[in-house]
Amino acid sequence: MQDNLKSSSYQQLEQKSKYTNMFLRWFLYFVLILFASYFIFPLYVMVVTSLKTMEEIRQGTLLSWPSGLNFESWAVAWGGRGYGAGDTFLKPYFWNSIKMVVPAVFFSTFIGAMTGYVLTKWRFKGDSWVFLFLLFGCFIPFQAILLPMARTLGALGISNSIVGLVLVHTVYGIPFTTLFFRNYYVSVPTELVKAARIDGAGFFKIFFKILLPISSPIIVVTVIWQFTQIWNDFLFGSTFSFGEAAPIQVALNNMVLSSTSVKEYNVDMASAIIAGVPTLIVYVLAGKYFIRGLTSGAVKG
Amino acid sequence: MKTLKIEDLSKNFGSTEVLKKINLEIDEGNFLVLLGPSGCGKSTLLNIIAGLETINEGNVFIDDYNVSKVEPKDRNIAMVFQSYALYPSMNVRENMIFGLKQAKTSKEKIEQQLEKVSKFLQVDQLLERKPSQLSGGQRQRVAIGRALVREPRIFLFDEPLSNLDAKLRVEMRREIKKLHQQLKTTVVYVTHDQTEAMSLGTRIAIMNHGVIQQNDTPENIYNKPSNTFVADFIGSPSMNLIKGSLKESSGEISFTASGSNFEIPVKGYEFKDKSNLNNKEVFFGIRPEHIYFKKSNESDFEVTLRADLSEYIGHEQIMTFDYANQEVLAKFPSTIKIELAKETKLYFDLTQTSLFDAQTEERI
Repeated sequence: MQDNLKSSSYQQLEQKSKYTNMFLRWFLYFVLILFASYFIFPLYVMVVTSLKTMEEIRQGTLLSWPSGLNFESWAVAWGGRGYGAGDTFLKPYFWNSIKMVVPAVFFSTFIGAMTGYVLTKWRFKGDSWVFLFLLFGCFIPFQAILLPMARTLGALGISNSIVGLVLVHTVYGIPFTTLFFRNYYVSVPTELVKAARIDGAGFFKIFFKILLPISSPIIVVTVIWQFTQIWNDFLFGSTFSFGEAAPIQVALNNMVLSSTSVKEYNVDMASAIIAGVPTLIVYVLAGKYFIRGLTSGAVKG
Repeated sequence: MKTLKIEDLSKNFGSTEVLKKINLEIDEGNFLVLLGPSGCGKSTLLNIIAGLETINEGNVFIDDYNVSKVEPKDRNIAMVFQSYALYPSMNVRENMIFGLKQAKTSKEKIEQQLEKVSKFLQVDQLLERKPSQLSGGQRQRVAIGRALVREPRIFLFDEPLSNLDAKLRVEMRREIKKLHQQLKTTVVYVTHDQTEAMSLGTRIAIMNHGVIQQNDTPENIYNKPSNTFVADFIGSPSMNLIKGSLKESSGEISFTASGSNFEIPVKGYEFKDKSNLNNKEVFFGIRPEHIYFKKSNESDFEVTLRADLSEYIGHEQIMTFDYANQEVLAKFPSTIKIELAKETKLYFDLTQTSLFDAQTEERI
């Protein structure tokens, strides 16, 4: 008798918790979808607008669907209209940005890996001070160093050039890349380095043969971080370069702001997407390593 | 010629003295265990022998050759680490031959060595595996193999078994012992585990606070500890140290615990110095396993103590007795039944006692 009572009340409780769980689950999905659409909405407007003709833009609403897949504004944004002076288009600046990003990301990552390696595995007197000053570099507002940097670039004879921008981005990337690599290498057992030293490997051999091969997660993190930072940079680009040496973000700005007669929203949107696509690609390709690399670090021997 | 000789070695990290005037010698083929609690400087000493740490004062000689400023790779040593320190990106083969490759050894010689060692350690089936695909014991074997292929003069082991679980640790301990018996290489082995030290070492150097407390055979370390630290550190449970004083009357020396009148004769004890013993404050040391429940020898001395506590461990039991308000532990087979809170007759084995000066804590 009592057992029956008990089992029925348990059934009730079970039923109740089932409903509660179901409700919470749906609520969770609702919130997630709400936020997802909030973030995806601007992208939707950009893509849709870029595929419309100017006629459609004037007549339709912001959200309305384009009449067809019309890539003309994309072609204009990328390659221009073909008439001489005053025609700004992204193609040359896109390559400028590539020429700037690739070496800057490479050098800043490589140097960061090296400094991280030295700061953790070849400790020296005052190394924590060096690290502290490097960290300090992460917190300096970039506006504060524009003038001295401009003077430096001028003195080196590389102002208004891609090389100059590569130097600036490399220098200002090193604090961040060092921080990443240092924190990663701290968790790598120092005994590995000791073992390699007894085995007769030197400073560089240990770095290239032992540490670098196990650094891929943090390399991915650093590359994504640096790529995004440098590709999206506007401040340094607009300060230290103009005209033909400008990176894509500066060109995009010029294009959108200097339209003479009519505002071509479709071309503007297409340009903005083109300027943003490389970072998106990097995230899609390496995104899962990004999360993994940020959270992991411990290398079990 | 000493295989390894350490002379007046001192090391500090900033203002902390880690090693103070260490002197140590090892003969060819010996297995020296550096034993001590954590922070006693034993690992630092090993790193210095390996050349991974610099020296502040003193010298290290390998085969009478001063290696104090020689690079680790040129010291003719090999080291096995606690975390094994196998190179994660290389497979077992690459791990084992990395050192030989660095030393520009010929290909045939490398292959020959690799085959010999991997067969010997039974890792020849694992050569293509990555360290992450190996079990703890296998990693340990590979780490030892990596040291073996180099045919070093001295093997250095830095707590190589402390990452293994209890059962595997005992197995690997035996394997290391066998290995040493077969190869007869000189070994310096760091551990904080006294059982490991006792079972492996031909000599044990017990360290505390950067000083070697006693450097002796395992038997002497156990039977004749040179001070109270060693007496207390070795043995489980550790040696009973009963505080009291000595009394000398007509050539007979006896011990009386503080707060009691009961005299224990110590006439058989080998004193280092027989003078000034009367009224000397001492610790009377006797190991729990040398207190018996039944008299078995003429020299066994009868005492009556009250049993306070019993700890049953299966094959034996550890009893705590009260001796003039001092705790005395004794180890008996678990078949013996002793009633608590009752006076019990026990027998001290007087051939197995130690006496320490209460002030200096040194053996007298």
